[in-house]
Amino acid sequence: MVIINKIQQYFENRKLSSNPLVAELQRALSRDRVLEEEEDRLLHSKDESVFEGGLAGPVCFPRTTEEVQAIMRIAQLFEHPVIPRGAGSGLAGGAVPLGAPIVVAMTEMNKINEVDIDNRIAWVEPGVINFELSEYLRPMGFHYAPDPSSQQICTIGGNVANNSGGPHCLADGVTDSHVVAIEVVLPDGELGQFGGIDSEPRGLDLRGAFIGSEGTLGITTKIAVRLTPNPEEVQTILISFATMRKAAETVSAVIANGIVPAAMEAMDQKTIEVIEKHIPAGYPTDVGAVLLVEVEGLPDGVENDALQICEIAEAHEALDIKLAQNSWQREALWKGRKSAFGASTYLAPNYYLHDTVVPRSQLANVLDKVNELAAANELTVMNVFHAGDGNLHPLILFDAEEEGTLERVHAVGAEIVKISLEAGGVLSGEHGIGIEKQEFMSELFTDEDLRHQNKLRYAFDPQCRINPGKILPIGHSCADIQTLHKPPEGIWV
Amino acid sequence: MKTPFDSLIKEFVKEVGSTGPVAIEGGKTRWNLHGLPTAETNIIRAPSGIITHTPEEMIVKVRAGTTVMELHKDLKKNGQRTSLPERGGTVGGAIAVGENHLNMLGRGRVRDAVLQIRYISAEGEIITCGAPVVKNVSGFSLHKLMVGSLGTLGVIAEVTLRTNPIPDMSTWVTASSKTPQDIFNALYKPSAVLWDGETIWVHLEGHVSDIENQRKTLLNLGNFEAVEDAPGLPRYRWSMKPSDLVQINRQETGNFVASIGVGTLWADRPQPRKPVDQVSEKITKELKHQFDPHGRLNPGRTFL
Repeated sequence: MVIINKIQQYFENRKLSSNPLVAELQRALSRDRVLEEEEDRLLHSKDESVFEGGLAGPVCFPRTTEEVQAIMRIAQLFEHPVIPRGAGSGLAGGAVPLGAPIVVAMTEMNKINEVDIDNRIAWVEPGVINFELSEYLRPMGFHYAPDPSSQQICTIGGNVANNSGGPHCLADGVTDSHVVAIEVVLPDGELGQFGGIDSEPRGLDLRGAFIGSEGTLGITTKIAVRLTPNPEEVQTILISFATMRKAAETVSAVIANGIVPAAMEAMDQKTIEVIEKHIPAGYPTDVGAVLLVEVEGLPDGVENDALQICEIAEAHEALDIKLAQNSWQREALWKGRKSAFGASTYLAPNYYLHDTVVPRSQLANVLDKVNELAAANELTVMNVFHAGDGNLHPLILFDAEEEGTLERVHAVGAEIVKISLEAGGVLSGEHGIGIEKQEFMSELFTDEDLRHQNKLRYAFDPQCRINPGKILPIGHSCADIQTLHKPPEGIWV
Repeated sequence: MKTPFDSLIKEFVKEVGSTGPVAIEGGKTRWNLHGLPTAETNIIRAPSGIITHTPEEMIVKVRAGTTVMELHKDLKKNGQRTSLPERGGTVGGAIAVGENHLNMLGRGRVRDAVLQIRYISAEGEIITCGAPVVKNVSGFSLHKLMVGSLGTLGVIAEVTLRTNPIPDMSTWVTASSKTPQDIFNALYKPSAVLWDGETIWVHLEGHVSDIENQRKTLLNLGNFEAVEDAPGLPRYRWSMKPSDLVQINRQETGNFVASIGVGTLWADRPQPRKPVDQVSEKITKELKHQFDPHGRLNPGRTFL
């Protein structure tokens, strides 16, 4: 009887879904790579942001470009929205599905197809993990430069969608500077290649327009990333200050003196304290702020820059300066920095990580205002950020179980955005707009500016079916509204 | 925060207007690229002048009609420069064309330097894209689309660029060589490696003693000696895969100078037309239709 049951179950599992859309997708991929159970859809209804309320449709795991094309064609036939998904590590809600779209999870397209040393590029599939790519390249004398804090889990495809940054993007630029070509499946299932391996590909830079479009223009299926040579020499410096203001002034002075370090990160006292509790990295806990600076390149230039940075720091009343003596110490210092967000749970169970950019000269003023704002709203804030780029990351800590807290957190978040804009800054440096900052777009851009951004989107996706409801504020993307107002079919009603 | 426009830009908006064919003349160094403007086109000049340079922010805001020479002369006072090529043209022209500097490996790509663009739309509105900070992912990257668009999607009026420090020292060295790729591979981030099939020119930039060490490395590979400047470049610019530069067919190119590690080649003869990706062509047409439905911006020039 048990055996018969099993056999019955086997044949049952082989049957295609009763939902025509899902059945069509299962025919194109396979039964087991198109999921429709509620728990599977729930798992893919969120990303790492604080935004709830997403609703995933069927979840597909394509393995080839042809399968992605097939999904897009089926979606078009059924007039159904689609959302591409990498690791789901985004922080602005860009991967939160709205309107029960088909979720195209790219994690099974994770091969490094080719490393082409002569052309200093590698062709990779979008599901390749950022950190794994760099580790793969390192023994060959190269690495992939952008290193978001989530690099252990985030994918190159996700990095392309968000134009991701990371601490080491100060000197060499963010994802856009390190991706030379992309293969893209458009909403109608057609396959194109934007950019190229040649030095100046003819025509409009559709590659540049696509990177950072948060999965709204199509789905990348292959990416040519630039290989950056490993530096001959690296020097990591930890500088402590009594106040964040002194640290911020040092950052501006370093740049004004003609030095562009590979990375220049700042952490405030609360951050240092939790990091040291979590994973002792060698940071002094009795100081107001630290700067983690890294210079890399040829040996004498590195020594020269490091000395100058130390002199500038001393002139700005640095309390102490420590040089990493070996790779072990360097790794410990970086491990601390990259563990900051996780370590925040020592202070509160939840955090909301913000991301704005301000001119470097405004860093100290803006941070003062952020801290005052948090104190006035009885919230704790940690500051750990890419100081060299002026890219702030205030981390608001809270307990989501406490009634009314999340509302206060959102209100303070909105104020942080306003303070940053008033200081001449922008909405986001590396997390993107997603659904988090959609409604703030009108604070940064005029209606005409937004209308032009929509023209770009429209040229790729006239029905706005790909990742609908993101980036542009409601009212600036009409087709979006139509897509989202259309009730999801079948089991998702 | 939305920032206001100065009076020169407002005047320029009036000049561009909202009807009739219009094109911008810069230094006319690439005037024949991808066709000429039609005879009835109103040819105008963009306003010029540096608006602000903040060295500690590594940014400069400049009107499109400013010459690159003028811009770099001013930035040099604070020890900075940009990645725009110095070939006698304007800032707006350099961005509309999108060609990189000869020393691109050291200076970076033009497209990476463009942080914000303000352009006049076909309808005569001022549109702002990007932002005047060094890192920004707020919305769609229209400013990237404008680089190399030859003014066919919008008339570039004002640009904010990322600046970079001028290195302590820079020098050209030259030697005869048949193995340019080996020389390129032996160096850590040279700013240019040029090769004409017989002779190689290397541009080194950085700290004085690092340059000396790189020169010593080069002396093990050839009889390198210092030289004043880069070689003269043949007329036509080719875009190639870097790996294809070591097997150039001289019958096809005539005399050439190749940028090793980059893929740009300057040759006596023009590059044969490459097939255009059909999907790119479709999107390009749609973008043109969206941004300039009546075809009034730089008519006569096309990528297709």
